[in-house]
Amino acid sequence: MSADRNTPNTPPAENAAGGPDAPRPDEAAAEPTEGTELIRFEAVTKRFGAHTVLDALDMKVYTGKHVTLIGPSGSGKTTILRLMMTLLKPDEGTIKLGDRYLTHEEKGGRLVPASDRYSREVRKNIGMVFQQFNLFPNMKVLRNITEAPVHVLGLDKDAAEERARELLELVGLTAHLDKYPTQLSGGQQQRVAIARALAMRPQVLLLDEVTSALDPELVAGVLDVLRDIAHTTDITMLCVTHEMNFARDISDCVMMFDAGRVIEFGPPEQIFTEPAHERTREFLSAVL
Amino acid sequence: MTFDWSAVGHFMPMFWKGVVVTLQALVLGSLIAFALGLVWALAQRSSLKAVRWPVMVITEFVRNTPLLVQLFFLFYVMPEWGITLSALATGVIGLGLHYSTYTAEVYRAGIDGVPAGQWEAAIALSLPRRRTWTAVILPQAIRRVAPALGNYVIAMLKDSPMLFAIGVLEMLGEARQFSSQTFQTVEPYTVVGVAFLLIAYPASLLLRALERRLVR
Repeated sequence: MSADRNTPNTPPAENAAGGPDAPRPDEAAAEPTEGTELIRFEAVTKRFGAHTVLDALDMKVYTGKHVTLIGPSGSGKTTILRLMMTLLKPDEGTIKLGDRYLTHEEKGGRLVPASDRYSREVRKNIGMVFQQFNLFPNMKVLRNITEAPVHVLGLDKDAAEERARELLELVGLTAHLDKYPTQLSGGQQQRVAIARALAMRPQVLLLDEVTSALDPELVAGVLDVLRDIAHTTDITMLCVTHEMNFARDISDCVMMFDAGRVIEFGPPEQIFTEPAHERTREFLSAVL
Repeated sequence: MTFDWSAVGHFMPMFWKGVVVTLQALVLGSLIAFALGLVWALAQRSSLKAVRWPVMVITEFVRNTPLLVQLFFLFYVMPEWGITLSALATGVIGLGLHYSTYTAEVYRAGIDGVPAGQWEAAIALSLPRRRTWTAVILPQAIRRVAPALGNYVIAMLKDSPMLFAIGVLEMLGEARQFSSQTFQTVEPYTVVGVAFLLIAYPASLLLRALERRLVR
């Protein structure tokens, strides 16, 4: 894939990791280091009924970093991705992408909840791959990938198709561009979904348990594609996964969630080998 | 009572005229029912109460009153408002309007049946609302409900003789006229009955095949 992402300003700093801002007293004290701030959650609270999924969460992610969110189910990891994608609205707090708010827009010097049009504009910079693929079953593989570039970015059809072919090559599915999604295996569908998200040239790629719905023998193919993307592009990744080896391979930073809070974060070597928090140790011994 | 085959032969010219009128009413009525039903279904999902409410009242009203009453109403009341249409045009509108309230429910079920993940994918790709409907949601919804829509076409076919009540000479009307001129009743009505069967039964077989193909 061509490395012409629209985030050229990634600093080469090797150890700079995205991480939560303003750690709570009970948190690991790994200072987030330098870099351009791309994503910032400020005091984000999300409730479903009486259940508080995210509790005044602060976090930031730097441009070009790969951040993996781990933790028991129900700890709010997927909610973070869904808030980023504007599939959910926060009850309190703000989310920023670069210097623009995702959740709010400024009108007359005041922050008001974002309109649909405004959200659509900002979220063009964010791509998402879902657990259940969510390909459009009424479109062939190629059109799944070209639909948004043509109708959102205004690319002409030939340019979009050329780009789609490049992406299909990247995910190893050139032979299948003329098939319908239902004619493909789960792993192949997920690779098409990855290509579809990348076709929009997003600054941020959100990966929501992308291998959880796959048969075990199909997981490796999808993870290989993602490793390739992680290592050859400077796209910022936010990733929820239960594949700890994959997390270790691609992450600059791993964040451990529990009950809607980040209880610990740091580079994968640190989190996976010498976690500071008892809860992290318990979780890792259960999943590894 | 004897069955006079020569009467069947004599009825044929009128019968074919009736077939043409029945099929005209059916095709045009279906087009109205399909288009208007979609309008109702989309309007009922509007975020504006001022749109949802009137549509709900209209569709419930039309669905819960008899087609025959609606046909008489359109035929005798519309001219009072200065709208004078032929009996056939009135019948087509009545049939289409009546069945649009049923196809609206079919569309609604089809739209509700599109998985939430499809909406989410459309949002994640920033597809505009209109494009999401026309390229993602409706193609899937309509594919899902095509057989159910087809069933209403067959139901409309079987309701089309009601148009005779406002003077449309469709198949039944022609049979009635033939019998009042010749006093031969068994033959024309038998022909019309068989004709309905010959249209409706293959159509329902076709729909079943379509259903097997589409709903997988």
